[in-house]
Amino acid sequence: MPNQPKGAIVGLGVTPMGKIYGRRAVDFAAEAIALALDDAGLSKSDVDGLLINANLPGDMDVRSQMVLGFENLTLVNVMSAYGSTAGSMMQYACMAIREGLANVVVLVYADAPLSPTRGAGQSYAGPHRFPLTGIVGLRAAYGNFGANPEYAMAARRHMHLYGTTTEHFGIIAVGQRKWAQLSPWAQMRKPMALEDHHASRFIAEPLRLLDCCLVSNGAVAVVVTSAERARDLKQPPVNVLGYAQCAPGDNLRADRHPAVETGAKRSGEIAFRMAGITRDDIGTCQLYDCYTYTVLVTLEDYGFCAKGEGGPFVADGKLGPGGALPTNTGGGQLSGYYMWGFTPLSEAVVQARGQGGARQVPRNDYVLVSANGGILNYHSTIILSRHASG
Amino acid sequence: MAEKPVPIPDEISAPFFDGARQGRLMLQHCSACDSWSFPVRERCPHCFAARLEWRQASGRGSLYTFTIMHQVMNPGFASAVPYNIAQIDLEEGVRMTSNIVGISNEALRIGMKLQVVFEDASKNVSLPKFRPAG
Repeated sequence: MPNQPKGAIVGLGVTPMGKIYGRRAVDFAAEAIALALDDAGLSKSDVDGLLINANLPGDMDVRSQMVLGFENLTLVNVMSAYGSTAGSMMQYACMAIREGLANVVVLVYADAPLSPTRGAGQSYAGPHRFPLTGIVGLRAAYGNFGANPEYAMAARRHMHLYGTTTEHFGIIAVGQRKWAQLSPWAQMRKPMALEDHHASRFIAEPLRLLDCCLVSNGAVAVVVTSAERARDLKQPPVNVLGYAQCAPGDNLRADRHPAVETGAKRSGEIAFRMAGITRDDIGTCQLYDCYTYTVLVTLEDYGFCAKGEGGPFVADGKLGPGGALPTNTGGGQLSGYYMWGFTPLSEAVVQARGQGGARQVPRNDYVLVSANGGILNYHSTIILSRHASG
Repeated sequence: MAEKPVPIPDEISAPFFDGARQGRLMLQHCSACDSWSFPVRERCPHCFAARLEWRQASGRGSLYTFTIMHQVMNPGFASAVPYNIAQIDLEEGVRMTSNIVGISNEALRIGMKLQVVFEDASKNVSLPKFRPAG
């Protein structure tokens, strides 16, 4: 029997995603929030809390609450743990609601880094992101630009220690593309075979283009309220049963290995304990997949398989459609859309409600959501369910 | 042809870059807890002691992991791809990111022993890089 819900998700708004130019992040945010409130059957005046996910360019700042035209918010903040923030926001929203600080809290991520002259790579790792003054100037001097080489080095370390192969990574990418083909929201819906993965160009070895996530312009908003209030709203409530964070520290000490032993372990243990369920109860995983490697290492650290066995674990295609552990069922960040932690969170809401259409998983009682940020420096876990006990 | 970016030393990082110019790998050491740290900072990340001393490190380490970069993110690297980026575990217990020189990318092996060398990035700035030891 699961424990009492800590809160419930009652609204979801997802804007069109991808190369949509000429709009600011806050404009996407407004559209997503309007969609989410409509989805919930709530009005703007019902909202008394707003948590904003800081985005990379920093333009989704706290003043956004005024641009968005909210009034008399009793909870407002910008939160930042990079990709893992969605889970932290859910945590704080539920805590605030339980403390009576707010009743209806909107969580939003919005970003518009792409332009006709700035593609995915440049938006995240172009020269504007790498100052030269001081010791940080070494990064540019060594050609160490952005997350791609850092995650590539993490993946290489895992391959060295455990025999993980590019084949394993490719199977993850192919499975998620199959899911994306079933989702009207996904950006990448052309068929992909394992050979396509292996033939895609290297970005940073061992990672190929099809190991790397998309970058999207767009926004996602979710509306959170108490589990009690959720019962009377428009959508089937998605109860928040457990949540936790773990920041394992930096990876610049020779005695630390967050590249291969991530914060998913500790945050997962805490979240499962809070939820009162076990791993075996999970019917579908929505995992942060900035790279194929991230999916593999996250599954290990949540204990779905032993450390180092992530490659053989995914090799039978169990993460794809029809598999034993349907994962990233909207295509994830690799083939769906890249909204940091709001990619897995948004798909988890769809699946928990049973609204996935062609991609709906059969077992949607309990959904595991993970998010990680930085170079595996932050991690958050959320456990959602359509069930509420007590 | 575009040049590779060159770091601009500031006050706190000056001893690191001054050392590199003289062929010495300088790192910060905390005498309160006898630990080394990197990158440069004001305070010991292990014990929060306020005073860190600059000391010459051994320059010896081993290859923790590496990547071969194919994507050109800066025009200064257009003719350098594919080039390696590596994490090196130094004997002092810190992990540095740098480039490995004096060996082909194909011959790089995790765990291999490495020794620091210094390359001029400009007239005034030298960079610590690593080559196979022995």
